[in-house]
Order: sequence, then C-alpha cells, then structure tokens
Amino acid sequence: MISLVHYLIVSILLFCIGVAGFLCRRNALVLFMSVELMLNAANLAFITFARFQGNPSGSVIAFFVMVVAAAEVAVGLAILVLVFKNRSSVDVNEISLMKG
Amino acid sequence: MIALPLFGFFALLTVGSALIVSFSRSIVYSGFALLGTFFGAAGFYLFLSSDFVAVTQVLIYVGGVLVLILFAIMLTNKIEDATTSNPSLNRIAGAVLTFVLFLFLVGILSGTDWVVQDEEKFASMVTPIGNALLSSYLLPFEVISIALLAALLGAVVLVRREVR
Repeated sequence: MISLVHYLIVSILLFCIGVAGFLCRRNALVLFMSVELMLNAANLAFITFARFQGNPSGSVIAFFVMVVAAAEVAVGLAILVLVFKNRSSVDVNEISLMKG
Repeated sequence: MIALPLFGFFALLTVGSALIVSFSRSIVYSGFALLGTFFGAAGFYLFLSSDFVAVTQVLIYVGGVLVLILFAIMLTNKIEDATTSNPSLNRIAGAVLTFVLFLFLVGILSGTDWVVQDEEKFASMVTPIGNALLSSYLLPFEVISIALLAALLGAVVLVRREVR
C-alpha cells in the first residue's frame, strides 16, 4: 500500500527540482515558478504529516503557505513588470543596480 | 487496487511537469507545465483525504497564481524571443548543490522512524480544519488575512500610474 514514505519521496523530488531550477535559470519568472514548486513540495509534506498523524494542524499550515504564496506572487510580479518597463529585461544578472 | 496505478500517474504528472517547468527552453512551456504540477499536487491531496485543501489548491493556484504568472509572461516577453528567453547558467554548480541537498533529505527520510497513527481510510478533513481555524489558529488566521490585504494593496500601488 501507499505509505508516508512514498509521498515524502515525491515531495523531496519536487523540492529538489525547484532548487535546481532556482539555481540554474536567469529569467526572474522561472525563479518565481521554481519557488512555487518548492512551496508545493512543502505543502505536500505538511498534508502528508497531517493525514498520517490524524492532526488537522498540518492542513491549516498548508493554507497559510498558500496565502503567503499568493501574496508573494502578487507583489513579486508587480515589481517584475515594473522592472521590465524600466529596463526591458527580466534577466536577474542584469538587475544589479544595488550590487547584490 | 486502483490506488497504486493512480498514485504512479499523479507522481509522474507532478514530477514530469516540474522538470519541464525548471528545465524547458521556452518560458511559455514552463508556465503551462506548472498547470500539471498544480493539478498533480491536488490529486495527492485527494489521496491524503484532504478534499478541502485539494479544492483550494485548484482555486488559488490554478485560478489565481498560474493566471497571474501567465499574464506576467505575456507582459514581459516578446513573442519572437519566447524560445530563447530562458537561458541557464551555473549548471554544474547548481547540479552539485542540488544533489547534495537531495542526499541530505533522503538521509533524513531513511534515518527517521516515522510515527503513523492513522489507519488507511478516507475521512473528510473539512470539519477538523474548520474547528482548528476558528479555535486554536484564530489569531494567525486574522493576521494572515491582513497580510494578504496589505500585499494586494501594495501590488496595486506599485503598478498604478501616477495621477496628478
């Protein structure tokens, strides 16, 4: 039968793909999508633990993660569209005005 | 007995789409592949008898986040460079770091003795989630709703045009 470990393996794979995408890409939009992948992996782990412990706290925290993701995407994409208006590029290597 | 093939299908859908999201050359493909990842995750939530979370996942992620991301893709990329707008760098360093992280997480997974209390049966989580949200998690619930409102107002203020 499908056990807790199976779900956690999928979660780990999803998280590592997100990390790889975040480290290797230069387009800021793909970085956003990779962060979404990582958040989804964390959510999957939370729901898994909630289910197998019979404890709703994990589901509630997954809700909070979703809300934070929505807020992050709204503000982040607004900033991104502004950056594109000013510099006509969303390449993170060229957005280096603050020498980060 | 249908559970195992279905689980495999959802795992393939989720991980395969995630691979396309992270490594596709075209950013438009990345955006649309995100749809598969979100739906696959919703399928896993149904497996885990979290029906309410699955519906919320489809509503918030597919209906809100994905549409926003697709709009941003269309706004920030010209159609003619959609296939070359997504270069990658640091491939080797990124792969090594990711592999180290993967080994670390798998080590934790195999080294921990996971406690499993619940037996394998479907039980809807709607009532426990509602009770938890309105009792022990009431204050975080209110705080996060204000945070969401502030973020949405901030997004509007950022992109509006100055009116004099």
